[in-house]
Amino acid sequence: MLPSPQASPRLITPAIAIVLLLLATVPFWIERIGLYPYLGVEILIWSIYALGFNLLLGYTGLPSFGHGAYFGIGAYAFGLAQFNIVPNLWVCLLIAIFAAALAGAFVSAFISHRRGIYFALMTIAFGQVFWFISIKWHSITGGEDGLLKIARLPADFGVVQFDLGSSNYALYYFVFAAFAIVLVGLWRLVNSPYGRILQAIRQNETRVTFLGYSVWWFKVSVFTLSAAISGFAGALFAMAQTSAFPDVMSLHHSGYIVMMTLVGGGLVSFWGPVIGVFAFLLTRDLIGALTTAWMFWFGLFFVLIMLFKPEGIAGLVRDLRNGFIARFCTPSPAPVRDPGS
Amino acid sequence: MALFEASGLHMRFGQRVVLERVDLAVEEHQFVGIIGPNGAGKTTCFNVLTGRYRPSRGTITFAGENITNLSPQAIARKGIARSFQIMNLFDEYSARDNVIQAMPEMRAMSWKVGHAVAQDRFLDEAAEEVLDGVGLAARAGVRAKDLSYGDRRALEIAVALASRPRVLFLDEPTSGLGASGRARLRELLLRLKGKLTIVMIEHDLALLFSLADRVSVIQWGQVIAKGSPDELRGDPWVQRSNLGKLQ
Repeated sequence: MLPSPQASPRLITPAIAIVLLLLATVPFWIERIGLYPYLGVEILIWSIYALGFNLLLGYTGLPSFGHGAYFGIGAYAFGLAQFNIVPNLWVCLLIAIFAAALAGAFVSAFISHRRGIYFALMTIAFGQVFWFISIKWHSITGGEDGLLKIARLPADFGVVQFDLGSSNYALYYFVFAAFAIVLVGLWRLVNSPYGRILQAIRQNETRVTFLGYSVWWFKVSVFTLSAAISGFAGALFAMAQTSAFPDVMSLHHSGYIVMMTLVGGGLVSFWGPVIGVFAFLLTRDLIGALTTAWMFWFGLFFVLIMLFKPEGIAGLVRDLRNGFIARFCTPSPAPVRDPGS
Repeated sequence: MALFEASGLHMRFGQRVVLERVDLAVEEHQFVGIIGPNGAGKTTCFNVLTGRYRPSRGTITFAGENITNLSPQAIARKGIARSFQIMNLFDEYSARDNVIQAMPEMRAMSWKVGHAVAQDRFLDEAAEEVLDGVGLAARAGVRAKDLSYGDRRALEIAVALASRPRVLFLDEPTSGLGASGRARLRELLLRLKGKLTIVMIEHDLALLFSLADRVSVIQWGQVIAKGSPDELRGDPWVQRSNLGKLQ
């Protein structure tokens, strides 16, 4: 179960502060442990994507198996805006977010009357439609070749400008700032009345309806928001990769985000998706250095998690912590005194 | 004029007629019972009255306003709450959180995304007051799925009451309850009687006849008799409808 929405009134909890502080230091040690700065960029971008996706799956209980479409739309929109409108980072990011949100709103308006397997199948169907368009609409998307030469535009704050193209460290800190904003924003959102209703919908949609809430609007809004965040992550990904390809919109790429979220424990923890992203990308790089069949091992790990610990890594950590507290931190009952002593 | 009125309700699923010319009028603060054998159409009637199904024909008015064909959420927002025969709770939420979810204050701020619910202590206090009314104050922090069957039934009613309705529909609230649970429920309903307009489907005729001002008998999707409990005891149609002994 996800923590009660009444769990914290704070905007920044100790856990958030510690995670952000730790992530802020990554550029100082990542190469010393044999990894590389771009991996940090990727992890943060996918974490933004996974947090947005988990609003749907973990919080609202809506399984979207075609979410790669919105990630891809964000990536393409970022590149197209840069080439055809204005090469300004903020404008291009806003256009990417808006394009993904628009696509999400359009799709959710059709499918939000459905639930369960019908909802899931419709998300796949629409995801495939967008993927097909990205491949076939060659004049706009570049077809299977994708959009190339997308620039890492400078972050212009008026008085000061940061060049994000010169090094992956600069890009890392930009993506880190974006991650921090999304993280804190979503933490507040899931603890708000709105977030509480999303969780109520996951538990019992019928009851929510009979309490006077318009479930359809909540589903449409959360799908749109999730798509917008995915589009934002997609735009950052296009900037990081300096290109956009239809591959990220494919069914198997949409499957990755589902796997990351479930393995990490998105169904039981706010942090689950982030944990899942770390597990997935570190497996890719560390196991991938040993064998090209890394996906086989991750798939096996996924199956084992789903069979024996469906709450994911976050659920495992939670149980271990609770067990530790029960064993070592619970005061033992006071010894009964012998009345005769 | 009746506060809640249904007239000439028809409901059919395909070729099957489930409700036929059902009329129901409920005065403000009246306690109305609905009885009938299994499969007679009582719950379907509730589902039509609360917006889950749209009637094939007929009209439903509430406080003089035509609410036929309104969605369940629109009907709920007008002040009509219901409980369910098969329990419908938020199992992972505590009893307190279940009640908070139903409160009009919560509904009023449902689109607020920048506000932390935990800041609103008044919601907790109001929810605990409702829970106290149904005897669940001591279990406010217990998750709904960890409550006993009787407590879950009481929570169903608490959730319905939390919305501060003008009309409360209760669908077999004693279903599955033992003698002590029934007695507790009867006490609660006695406290509510006269303060709230209540429509209740119930198989426990002794309980219903001791509480209701008027009772409608549904058989084969039709209202075959209606009147006060005393009038119905002598009704030949009711005697023949296999409802058990009318006390």
